[in-house]
Amino acid sequence: MDKMPKWADVILIPLISVLLALVVSGLVVAIIGESPWQAMQVMVRGAFGSAYGWGYTLYYATNFIFTGLAVAVAFHARLFNIGGEGQAAIGGLGVAIILLNVAWPHWTVALVAAIVFSAAFGAAWAAVPAYLQAKRGSHIVITTIMFNYIASALLVYLLVNVLRVEGSMAPESARFSEAVHLPAAADFAGFLGFGGSAPLNFTFFIALLACVGVWLLIWRTRLGYEIRSFGHSETAAVYAGINPVKITMITMLISGGLAGMMAINVVMGEAERLVLDFVEGAGFVGIAVALMGRSHPVGVVLAALLFGALYQGGAELQFEMPAISREMVVVIQALVILFTGALDNMVRMPMQAFFLSLRRRREAQAQNSPAE
Amino acid sequence: MTTSAPAIELKGISKSFGPVQANKDISMSVARGTIHGIVGENGAGKSTLMSILYGFYKADRGEIWINGKLTPIPDSQSAIRAGIGMVHQHFKLVENFTVVENVILGAEDGAMLRPSIAKARKLLTELSEEYGLKVDPDAVIEDLSVGHQQRVEILKQLYRHADILILDEPTGVLTPAEADQLFRILERLKAEGKTIILITHKLREIMEITDTVSVMRRGEMTNTVKTAETSPPELAEMMVGRKVLLQVDKTPATPSDVVLSVEDLRVSRGGVERVKGISFQIRRGEILGIAGVAGNGQTELLEVLGGMIAASGGRVTLFGDPIDITGKHANGQTRRARGIGHVPEDRQTEGLIMPFEAWENVAFGYHKDARFNSGPLMDHAAMKADCVDKMARYDVRPPNPRLPARNFSGGNQQKIVVAREMDRAPELLLIGQPTRGVDIGAIEFIHKQIIALRDQGKAILLVSVELDEIMGLSDRIAVMFDGHIMGERLPDQTDQNELGLMMAGVTETEGAA
Repeated sequence: MDKMPKWADVILIPLISVLLALVVSGLVVAIIGESPWQAMQVMVRGAFGSAYGWGYTLYYATNFIFTGLAVAVAFHARLFNIGGEGQAAIGGLGVAIILLNVAWPHWTVALVAAIVFSAAFGAAWAAVPAYLQAKRGSHIVITTIMFNYIASALLVYLLVNVLRVEGSMAPESARFSEAVHLPAAADFAGFLGFGGSAPLNFTFFIALLACVGVWLLIWRTRLGYEIRSFGHSETAAVYAGINPVKITMITMLISGGLAGMMAINVVMGEAERLVLDFVEGAGFVGIAVALMGRSHPVGVVLAALLFGALYQGGAELQFEMPAISREMVVVIQALVILFTGALDNMVRMPMQAFFLSLRRRREAQAQNSPAE
Repeated sequence: MTTSAPAIELKGISKSFGPVQANKDISMSVARGTIHGIVGENGAGKSTLMSILYGFYKADRGEIWINGKLTPIPDSQSAIRAGIGMVHQHFKLVENFTVVENVILGAEDGAMLRPSIAKARKLLTELSEEYGLKVDPDAVIEDLSVGHQQRVEILKQLYRHADILILDEPTGVLTPAEADQLFRILERLKAEGKTIILITHKLREIMEITDTVSVMRRGEMTNTVKTAETSPPELAEMMVGRKVLLQVDKTPATPSDVVLSVEDLRVSRGGVERVKGISFQIRRGEILGIAGVAGNGQTELLEVLGGMIAASGGRVTLFGDPIDITGKHANGQTRRARGIGHVPEDRQTEGLIMPFEAWENVAFGYHKDARFNSGPLMDHAAMKADCVDKMARYDVRPPNPRLPARNFSGGNQQKIVVAREMDRAPELLLIGQPTRGVDIGAIEFIHKQIIALRDQGKAILLVSVELDEIMGLSDRIAVMFDGHIMGERLPDQTDQNELGLMMAGVTETEGAA
């Protein structure tokens, strides 16, 4: 018998974890002499109180959906892809290369090309650590982290020396042509009140599509079946004739591809050029998103929304309550990651005990003999 | 207190894990200086009860009395203080430490080791002489045979002044000769006044060595009887709750053409040659049993034939056509396509994905079959229907395809694997440890299925460490020792003694190691 109902595992535990994180955050805010209640209000209002707030929250959420899915897919094969940061950066490089070098007639065609190139570049960046893991047993956690630094350095070099517009002081590429600008929220959802300044763009729908795709892949296809089998037991996978090298490679390519696609949202959808450090930690937030979302696409969307709100609400908080510095906002975000990811068992154990005692009491009342 | 107080008395012990009541109101009394057996099927609650006695678990209710004194045992330190020692099924020894070092581990006298070691060496010599437990105190554990490692475990407990010894399935890893030696040691210990609790599922051992025996079923202690006044069939009936067939019923084999032919097969793993050039054949309608103590190359043999690992040399043919054993162009799936079914030795890490639901497991390894797929997606409805059908025909209980594999009992897990691998009537069935950790009722069922497959004219390679099983099922028996086949025997022309000696690597008559 499972220890507790599924709804408790999927909804109740993350909810309690977030509440605990907020309580501790509130304490921290109180310690520096501000009102936690007021800070809370500012954050919620900032994230969800206006079309402008929503525009930012969903924009951030789009990033986190991609990086969260990337980590989630790898998790299913019990691979810990910490390289989302680097894979997304290189994915951005792919987007910039294809958008700058071809005269695209329309944004739809360009979007398809951007998807292909961002995914291919991200996958290629994941391929080397994947190969080293599959063939040499080099731990993927170590190699993907190292590849983040290499990606970062590579991008600095390219933006400063190769892609920088002549005469410009900024380490960024040329702007993409008008034709490839993605529709912003104001264009397709202006009736909801989205203005021109919110960065939410068409990529949001690509992210949702990716969720459907990942769900189909993991739970409906043979490949997903093999990935999950391999993730649960490598010896069993070998017994069933599943090639561990192949599954490790394919899973990491898909994971890297998803992380790379995050660049579409920022590079093509928002900045409309390749800028330095555009990933801004989304690759790492993806780990928390996947953990909190239980590696399920629906969970990933919900967790991405939460972290999007934290990002946007945190920015508002900084703006409206100057005593709460940027570092303070990072502390709050970190507390959420800590409670939902690392301290998961702290909430889980008491909840399991609670549900067990509940069931035992029910069974005692029903006077049933124990299950075999 | 009088000296007649029992060494151990349990009163009304209950323990539940979630909805499962592992021990229900158990009372038991073991007299000092006796050997008390506890038998029961897997999941009957034997291990839980012993874990409570040794302080791993805390009972929900009930009392433990040691030598007539109420003794709460909240942790294993208290158990040791109360004079209780436990020899686990899987030894808890540091492989690259010497015997003395292992014995004092956790019982050192101070920060410096030298005085402790000197003292331990002296005590060990005394103990060895007193109980006939001969072990070189300075030998490194990994160089010792399994039987000697077990002696070290026993010495470790005696060094901690254990008066009550609990042995959990102690003969699982021993050859028959080693098991005999263990029993002689236990008798010595008993004569010296130690109390011994022996947990086992082998009724033969219960009959041979115990004074009294308790039977557990579904968390309850159903009977406690004097061993002299019972019999194996009676014990089996008490364990299962109905009459069971201990003997396998089968007609003589009628082998025809050769199915599998293995020539000079060699397999290395981790740089060590595990299979050292073995050859054999299996014909249609025949069961070849491979006997041997675990770890003598049987696992590697099965894995090579099942396509899981590569061989380093040799030739294998199926109906005269070569099988790829280099691992380059073959795997478990290509083997299945050739008509080779494989019930692996370890259903929990190989045969099943424990968190997967039953219907997903029933397709495992066959998940690329056209009937489980429609286009790019898997056909879940077809997989579930197939699972429902197999569960009915192979008596898997509960017949719920949505239950994760880990929630089935060991016997029912094995039935799921057996159903999957046997239902396609493979030309050759590889089957390893078919009834390890399986309850008696399911053993009977699985044995019948194996015989039925043989009677359909299929070839079966059976690997088992249970000599009774090998002798009951096989039409021919090959004994493996240290990667070699020591010889082949016919089951009606050999006995446990001869096979036991072959399993220990003894070819001619010579003293047991």
